[in-house]
Parts: sequence; structure tokens; C-alpha cells
Amino acid sequence: MSAQEIRTHSIDMSSVLRGKEESQHPNETCIKVENLNLFYGDKQALHGVNMEMPKKKVTAYIGPSGCGKSTLLRCINRMNDLVDSARIDGKILLDGENIYDKSVNVAALRRRVGMVFQKPNPFPKSIFENVAYGLRIQGVNDKRVLEETVENALRGAALWDEMKDRLNDNALGMSGGQQQRLVIARAIAIEPEVLLLDEPASALDPISTLKIEELINELKEKYTIVIVTHNMQQAARVSDYTAFMYMGELIEIGTTSELFTNPVKKQTEDYITGRYG
Amino acid sequence: MIKLWFKSGAPWIWLNAAAVSTCLIMIVGVLGLVTVRGVGHFWPHEVTRFSYQEEGKQPRIIIGEKVDTSITPAAMAKSTGFKMADDEETLVQYLIKTGNRDLTGTDFLWIQARNVKEHSHPVDMMVIERREWGNFYGQLLEVKENHKTIATGTTAWPILQAKIDEALAVFKEIAHLEKKEIGAINYALERLRLKQRKLELQNKLDDAAKQSIAAEKAGYEVDYKQYQAQLATLYQKIRRDSLVATTESGATLEIPLAKVVRAFQPNAMSLFDKIVHYGTKVVEFLADDPREANTEGGIFPAIFGTVMMVMMMSVIVTPFGVIAAVYLREYAKQGFTTRLIRIAVNNLAGVPSVVYGVFGLGFFVYILGGNIDQLFFPESAPAPVFGTPGLLWASITLALLTLPVVIVSTEEGLARIPSSIREGSLALGATKLETLWLTVLPMASPAMMTGLILAVARAAGEVAPLMLVGVVKLAPTLPLDGNFPFLHLDRKFMHLGFHIYDVGFQSPNVEAARPLVYATALLLVLVIIGLNLAAIVIRNNLREKYRALEG
Repeated sequence: MSAQEIRTHSIDMSSVLRGKEESQHPNETCIKVENLNLFYGDKQALHGVNMEMPKKKVTAYIGPSGCGKSTLLRCINRMNDLVDSARIDGKILLDGENIYDKSVNVAALRRRVGMVFQKPNPFPKSIFENVAYGLRIQGVNDKRVLEETVENALRGAALWDEMKDRLNDNALGMSGGQQQRLVIARAIAIEPEVLLLDEPASALDPISTLKIEELINELKEKYTIVIVTHNMQQAARVSDYTAFMYMGELIEIGTTSELFTNPVKKQTEDYITGRYG
Repeated sequence: MIKLWFKSGAPWIWLNAAAVSTCLIMIVGVLGLVTVRGVGHFWPHEVTRFSYQEEGKQPRIIIGEKVDTSITPAAMAKSTGFKMADDEETLVQYLIKTGNRDLTGTDFLWIQARNVKEHSHPVDMMVIERREWGNFYGQLLEVKENHKTIATGTTAWPILQAKIDEALAVFKEIAHLEKKEIGAINYALERLRLKQRKLELQNKLDDAAKQSIAAEKAGYEVDYKQYQAQLATLYQKIRRDSLVATTESGATLEIPLAKVVRAFQPNAMSLFDKIVHYGTKVVEFLADDPREANTEGGIFPAIFGTVMMVMMMSVIVTPFGVIAAVYLREYAKQGFTTRLIRIAVNNLAGVPSVVYGVFGLGFFVYILGGNIDQLFFPESAPAPVFGTPGLLWASITLALLTLPVVIVSTEEGLARIPSSIREGSLALGATKLETLWLTVLPMASPAMMTGLILAVARAAGEVAPLMLVGVVKLAPTLPLDGNFPFLHLDRKFMHLGFHIYDVGFQSPNVEAARPLVYATALLLVLVIIGLNLAAIVIRNNLREKYRALEG
């Protein structure tokens, strides 16, 4: 790690603290989950989940493997629609509108709720085309607009300085960490309101992980972020609110500092102290 | 011990290696045989003069190329009726290509080695390739112009060569006039006749129309007369010269130069001359039309027809196969029905190709083609346009034949695309269609190309169905030419695979045609390899471009 990077890192740590102070105040709700049940065939994967996620804050889902945290995350942009056997009841309100309403255009919803997956999944296209993909789908073909947006998105994902001379290279030639930041750039290029991160750093090395975490701290100024993570230290570092899930149920949700220092439920305490999971 | 050896796996490895080597040896053997036999055909072989005397017969001279030697054990030769001396162990026989079919009735002759008293290779032995009656073997006596001798003896040879070149140039001019210019006029006149008939059928043939058609017709006829006159002078010119040669029996024969393709003296040729000769023969083989019931000349129309048909087939089969595969894999609800369809598609690949031919003839040619003729070409009745075998129907039939291959490999390609890529695209607000067009299909394109490569390989080598739906022994015109609408899908065409069958088994002169069978087979293999290589290069480029995510 270069001295430069260490310095940026320390600056970002202060912003983490600042974020936590702000989270003490009540916030406007962005996403509200109401009594959500999800079944894969006969098996119930989510049991009556209720929670609220505030605007422009980072909410982290933690819990052991198979507890339904990724499933819940994928409900927020209706990715579970792709699974034939999945059946959902209950509501998820995004700015007060139920996203499972029949009148909702799923493609339009996903433009508002961007998602980054566990493994980097850039398209086998150039770096530029990867970032411009979402805009091209919306019919934007003006070269100037595209260039401007791509630059802003890459800057937003802290990738511009590394990649500005390689925009026409194939994205698959990048390193894993760069690919993951490219995927984030691709998601923020279409300016969503919410950004869903599904274990975004689990396939990356520690330095890349650190960069992603810094990025999350910067991004929350503009976006509501929901992150699934296996790593409790990571949840503690990046999130304002943390939800603990177990066996498809939401056990507890609260500000990160409270949940980690003073959990209400015993299950939560057992988990964060490492007694199971 | 043995048990241990078996357990060690060594015999298994030996078995695997043996299987691989057997396959390789067989493939190399096939290609080697075809190459050696086919490529050797164009080399100028020496002409031998045999003094031959059979027991109790007059001695005679035999001139020709030694093509083959057969050695039979004495006992077997005796039992088939040869008289054998007691000290002879084998009967050696030579197959001699003697040519001169117009004089002796055969091109080939078996002679017995023991009856050859003497053989030599005189340098003035001449071979003439003719447009009729096959090769001529003999010695040049004189060259004539307008029935008057202008050169004899050794001076005659260079003069003959010059005269032949002249005659060939005129011949080329005649062929061009007859095929291109007059062919175009005939084509235009036929279109005019059809136009008139069409107007007649629609009751629109009034005086004005009649007049305009008559005027057009008159214009063409003026052109035609002009070409006719040109042809007449050319024919006079080409008929002017001839050569006189002596045959093996000492008889003389006058051959008009109009009938000569080339004359050469193989025994006098240097290695360089032979290489040049070989080159011209190969070029002729690749670029010229066939002569003498396909046993001489080139096979250009067959190459052209094969490539054309394969390309048409690819254009038809790719979109159909891809669309079907996309529906099956991406849209259809996976279940019993899709499984049934997949089984049916796979079985379709196993249906014998001649069955497709019968279906093509019965459905495409007679039902579809017949209805198209009734609807769109009533003016040409009773002559069929699309209601008869032709390039279009052959291409469609083969497209049907190769459809399963394309569907299966496209489906596999679609299945291999990681779901993370689809999800990535969908998460950016793309609809399913946009995801398909922008990411999934481009990434599956190498698999489509693989399907197409397999389809091309299968279609180019197919013969049986083609015999029913459009391939003929000799097509007078290519399916692509300078006459509107340039691509004539209704025309019959020639095909290398069928050409092999035709030359090898339907030829009046099997011995003469045999080397051509090998040469054509070699070419067919080369054409298929060429088509495949082109497709493979495209596929590899696509693969490089859409290299899927690793790990």
C-alpha cells in the first residue's frame, strides 16, 4: 500500500465516524419492507420480514450462510422474478410505491435500483461500452453525453485515473478489484436511487476490498446503499444500520454501533460474538 | 504379474493409443490415396512404343501410356485361360492407354509383358487432347492450311503449336459469343415472350403493348443477326487448319485444329516443360467446363455449384436454427414439451438424408414450387419455373437436414453463458430482449458458428438428397450470371459429390475417368476444408472477442 493510499484511507475513516454521528438522527425512509414472505417451491425462504431502510445511508445485512439475506436483497430489485419457482407475498415500498404492484415496469424499477453482484460480471466488451451499456439501453447514443457520463461514473467508482487511457480495452483484461469497481461504475452510470451490493468484496483481495469499502463511504452521499456481507468487521466499518437475519427471519435491526455493542436479542449476541454461524 | 499389469492401467493406455493411431492412419490413408491418385493424373506420362507379338499372330506396334501393371500367379492365370509355360511363375500384364478411340473403338488395352519384344520412347511421339474421341497418340506428319500442306517433318511441330494457339483463341471467342452474347439475347427474348404471354393472360395485350414488344424483339434480332455473321466468319477461320498424323498401325488421320485442345510430345519434354504442362492442366481442371461426358476438361461448374449451394444453405439455416434455439432455451417453459421437442430435434439429425431428398421433392418442389408457379408464373406454363428441382429447393432441403445441428449447438452455447452476465444486464434495467440482443446472442455467436461449421461439413458432402432436388450431370448455365436478376434460384446446378458419383459410376469410359474421380474427391475435400477454415477463423475471432468470464 502506498503512502498516498494510506492517507486516503485515514481520511475515509473519519468520514465513517461522521456518518455514524449523523445516523443518530431520524432519517427519511427510502425502502420499506412489509410482511414479506418468499417461497422457493414449497420451501419458505423468508418469513414475514418487516424493516425500513433510510435514505442515503448504508444498511448492512449480516447472518450465517443460507439465512436469506441475499434473497431479501434480490427482492428489492425483483431479481427473484428470474427464478421460476419463487413466489412472493407482502410488499416492498420504494418511496411509498409497492414495487410488486402489477403496474410496475420491472426494467424501469431496476434502473432506479442498481445491483452489484458477488463476483464481478463485466460484459465482454470494452471498458467504455460496459459503463455506457445502461445508457445505450435507454436510447442515449449522443457521443458527447456518453463520454461525459462514462467519465463521471468512472470517477465516481475511483477508476478514472487508472483507466482513462484504456477505455477501449476489453474489460475482461482488468483485475478482479478493478472489474468490481467497473461494475459499480456501470451501475451508477444510470444514476439509480438505490444501490444493492451482494457481498461485493467477498471474491477480492484485502487491498481491493479496502478500496471498495472506501468507495461505499463516498457513494452513500448520493445513494441509498444496501449491502450483504459475511464479514462482520466490514459491516461495522461501512454501514450505518445493520440487520441480523437468521433462518429466513429478521432477528434484529438497529444502528450499527448499537447492534454491535448492545444487541437486544440473544441470537444476535451469539452470532456477533462468534458462538455460531 | 499379469493381474498387476492390468491393474496398473498400462493396457488401457495402450488400447487408447492404438485407437487413436488407427483413426489417424485411416484418415491419412484416405487423404493420401486420394491425393496421390488425383494429383498424378495431370502429369504428362511418357508414351511408349511397344513391338508386340502374340503367339501365332502377326507382330504389331502398340503406342500408349503405361497406366497400370498387374501380376497374376501362374496357377491362377492358367485357370482363367492363359497359356503358361512351365517355367513361368507369374503372368505380368500392362494396362496401356492407347487412345485413338475413333479408330480402334477402345482407349485402353491389356497386354502381356512376355509378348513385348521391344519397347522404346521415341521423342517425336505426340499426344493430342481432342474435344471428341479422347486422346490421340501418334506421330505428326504435316500441317495443312485450306487443305494445302504448309509444313512437314521436324519443322511442322512449332508451326503446329502456333496454329493451335490461334485456333484456341478463335475457339474462345466463339464460346464467348455463343454463351455470353447470344445467351443473353436468348434470355432476353425468352423474357419478352413471357411478358407477352403474361399480358395476354391478363387481357392487357393491346396494340401499344404488342408494338413495343415487337420493336424490342426486332432490336434483339438485329443484334442476333450481327452476332450470327461474326460467328460465321469465326467458324470459317477455325475450320481452315488441320494436321495429319500417323497412327501406330501406320494409317494416316487428318484432324481439324478446331477439335484440338492441346498437342504435346511428352518424351521430348524437359522437367520444366512438364511442370508448366502440369500447371496448365490443373488450372484447366479448376477453371474450365467439363468435356466429353465429364471425363475430360474441368469441373468449375461443380465447384461453383457446391459453394453456391452451401452458402445459400448457411444463409437459410443459421437464422432458423438460432431463432428456434433461442425460443427453446430462453423463452419456452422448460418441461415435458421442451424435452420432447429436443428429443425430436436430435432424432431429426439421424434421419437418412435421402428421406430429406424425397421430402424436398414431394413438398418443396412439387407442392410449394408448383403453387408458386401457379400463382406467380402462370405465363411460363406448362414449363415449370420453381416447380422443378433447382438451387433454391436444394438449399432449403439441406438447410432442413442440417437444422438440428445448428439448434443443438446454439442451445449449448446459450446454456454456457453464465447467469451472472444475464443478471448484470437485467440489473441495469435492460429487458429480456435487450439482454438477449446486446449480450447473450453475441456471446453465443461462437457456438452458432460451431453449429454452422458442422452444418457446412455435412451439407457440402451430401449427395443423395441433392440428386432428387436440383443437382444434374451437366448444367448448361451457372446459377449466377450477368443476366437480370443475376442469381437464378430456379436453375439446376452441378455438385462435386454428385460429379464424383457420375464420373465414377455413370461414365461411358470408366478407365479414363478414374483418375478424375480421385482428383474431384480431393477437390471436394479441399472445398469443404476451405469452407470450414473460413468458418473456424470467424469463430475463433468471435471467441476471442466474447471470451467468457474465467473462474
